[in-house]
Amino acid sequence: MTIFLQQLINGLSVGSIFALIALGYTMVYGIIKLINFAHGDIYMLGAYVGFFASTSLGLGFFPTMLLAMVICMVAGVLIEKIAYKPLRHASRITSLITAIGVSLFLEYAMMYFMGPNIRTYPADFFPREVYTFAGLQISNHQILIFVTSILLMIALQLIVKKTKIGKAMRAVSTDPDAAALMGINVNNTISFTFALGSALAGAAGVMIGMYYNSIDPLMGMIPGLKAFIAAVFGGIGIIPGAMLGGEAIGILETLASGYGFSMIKDAVVYLILIVILIIKPSGLLGKNVKEKV
Amino acid sequence: MKSQFTKRNLIWTIVVCVIFSIFQIAISGRMIPNTYQVAIITIGINIILALGLNLIIGFTGQFSLGHAGFMSIGAYSAAIVLAKMPNLTGLFVGMLVGMAITAVVALIVAIPTLRLRGDYLAIATLGFSEVIRIAIQNMEITGGAAGLSNIPKLTTFPLVFVFIVISVIVIHNFIRSSHGRACISVREDEIASESMGINTTKYKTLAFVIGAMLASIAGALYAAYFYVLKPTTFGFMKSIDILVIVVFGGMGSLSGSILAAIVLGIINLTLQSYSEIRMILYALAIIVIMVYRPQGLFGSKEVTDFLPKKWQKKKEVD
Amino acid sequence: MPLLSVKKLTKNFDGLCANSNINMEINEGELVGLIGPNGAGKTTLFNMLTGVYVPSEGSIEFTKDDKPIKLNGIKPYKITALGLARTFQNIRLFKDMTVLENVLIAMNKDVDYGVITALLRLPKYYKSEIAMKKKAMELLTIFHLEDKCEELACNLPYGEQRRLEIARAMAAKPKLLFLDEPAAGMNPQETAELTELIRFIRDEFHISILLIEHDMSLVMNLCERIYVLDYGKIIASGVPEEIKSNKRVIEAYLGEEV
Repeated sequence: MTIFLQQLINGLSVGSIFALIALGYTMVYGIIKLINFAHGDIYMLGAYVGFFASTSLGLGFFPTMLLAMVICMVAGVLIEKIAYKPLRHASRITSLITAIGVSLFLEYAMMYFMGPNIRTYPADFFPREVYTFAGLQISNHQILIFVTSILLMIALQLIVKKTKIGKAMRAVSTDPDAAALMGINVNNTISFTFALGSALAGAAGVMIGMYYNSIDPLMGMIPGLKAFIAAVFGGIGIIPGAMLGGEAIGILETLASGYGFSMIKDAVVYLILIVILIIKPSGLLGKNVKEKV
Repeated sequence: MKSQFTKRNLIWTIVVCVIFSIFQIAISGRMIPNTYQVAIITIGINIILALGLNLIIGFTGQFSLGHAGFMSIGAYSAAIVLAKMPNLTGLFVGMLVGMAITAVVALIVAIPTLRLRGDYLAIATLGFSEVIRIAIQNMEITGGAAGLSNIPKLTTFPLVFVFIVISVIVIHNFIRSSHGRACISVREDEIASESMGINTTKYKTLAFVIGAMLASIAGALYAAYFYVLKPTTFGFMKSIDILVIVVFGGMGSLSGSILAAIVLGIINLTLQSYSEIRMILYALAIIVIMVYRPQGLFGSKEVTDFLPKKWQKKKEVD
Repeated sequence: MPLLSVKKLTKNFDGLCANSNINMEINEGELVGLIGPNGAGKTTLFNMLTGVYVPSEGSIEFTKDDKPIKLNGIKPYKITALGLARTFQNIRLFKDMTVLENVLIAMNKDVDYGVITALLRLPKYYKSEIAMKKKAMELLTIFHLEDKCEELACNLPYGEQRRLEIARAMAAKPKLLFLDEPAAGMNPQETAELTELIRFIRDEFHISILLIEHDMSLVMNLCERIYVLDYGKIIASGVPEEIKSNKRVIEAYLGEEV
């Protein structure tokens, strides 16, 4: 039971990271039906910005995270404008491959400039402390990740539900043509969606850099894929679904490794994804939409 | 009465033989340096992979991201059989074993997942191929994470060439048959297809299994050329590489896939001298190609559609 | 025994009742119309009859070789194989395939060579393909599309696309043909030609036809019997004269001043 609870705690913090990345996937998919494979690399970019800010600039946790979020935001919007916008009416598979191209570009450009080796955040960036109670260990890093993620997700929910631009996002994701006819600037709305998603990924990057204390140019691939699975798991295009999916995947994965299946923990994630897709393709919170005949 | 023995097929046979002879003479006459030979074999294997994937994605419209998984089954089966029988017979036996296993696995993958559409199918097939990879990584017979090595080098240019020709004939004959037309109709409009009496599940599965078996053959050829196999070779990126070839060539175009595999192979080879920025340039090339030519080189046309009208085959009733 | 008999058929979508308690019979060789205002549930009924939707309640029985066969829950392609074929309200041709190929696809269910034969191009492949193409061309000739057999379906003008859809359905050799708004978007001249064509195929191929149509002149002119659907229920049925004078139909559908 203690192992279970301990893994649950570990899973929640890893899951929060997945959830933050998954939000970007889900929002972009919701609005332009694109699996933005480069999103995992935005997260990697965030981690590197955090590395730069904490070592060269010597900034603390929150300024570092803010800087990473801003830079990732700019990068996300630029990628959208340069690579995806020309393909908005092309087939989905074409945009998907472009996204993969962008992903490779970010990974290898980073490798070119920063080298392929692993980097670590400075030791005094946010010193780790571990608290123990009732046999369970929890670190200040885990609490920080969990709380920050929750706050960011609440902020996101407020933006999407309460603001004008959030309403525009929902309108464009339902029907871009109708939204345009109602006077919504579709291009700006899409850019804004990328900005939001990328900022969250940037924040996730800094937090994972702090938590695992190792970053490398290819670190975005696997978490990116898993975050996407998390988005599908919860119901793609649905914001609470991405949060739920992220936490679920994080917990499942840590449970699998906690019980000695670390070699196949990835397989567990994929198998669960497959089962979900087969039983309820629209995800846990999704609605089944039948094609009209 | 029509049969295979037409003037048209004779011309094709001559064309194929000429292409083969040019390459074979160049290779055996040592006119092509060794590095290029590796590139030629790689391109050949990629052609077979792309043809199989094109049948699934381009002709049947089923978005699969798991092709590397089937390739790995073929590669490992061949390698394991070759360890016992290190000769050409062993390669063929291994190939057959691989195709049989692939067919079974492809069926297991296809039956639940092919009900899904578009991106969901892509993700499910991706998941399955990762599961295959992780399984291989954790099995003893496949050498675990370390993989297998000392595989005899039996794959030669003539062998690869023969299998390319076989793959082209198989897919060409398939899509020009009633069964192939049924697959294309699934791509065009699944609901209409079902309403016209097409068992869409059956045809999607059929295309998927044939495509997967071709990937398995390509895997066997790969294993018998590169000495070593590692599970990481057959990851998600390998599936993406094949997908890029198919989309770049044009979905639903066999000649497009062949040309795209060659062009991308040459791009890769040219970039090898800039090893540091090779992947960056490759990534940029993918983006530029997709932005400026989203339908691929040929769209869904074949190279023969660009020939003068009088040379084109009359498709009418004969 | 009627060719098709529908009893107490009901379809609910998440609590919304699209069709309720529908009873319907179609006899051999009959030309039956199904009319009703927009949203009355006509296409939903078609989709249940052709297997696209699974009915919530009730039964659909089709008589084949004097034996009744229950169609509920059977997949569309099997229903087509039993002898029911359809067209679609919003044309669903195989757009990037030629006119001839569109027709050939509907013949796939009767194809008599296997995959291996096709891959090896054994003599049987050529024999069957030639026979199939010959039959397809005969059918296209009836629909005056033989000159366009090489054109892509998407390049045909609208009226010809509608005709091709019917030709394609006929290639599946149905005993009962469902036409979903075959005259939609046609001008009066084209509609008149279509009326003749529908009557001709009924007589030529000895089949029954059920058609949904908004064009009243076509329905009254062509159909021997008419069912009227409103809010998912059959509100009237009978010969055109009865329907024309039926008070409920006039109120529900044609408007009170007619």
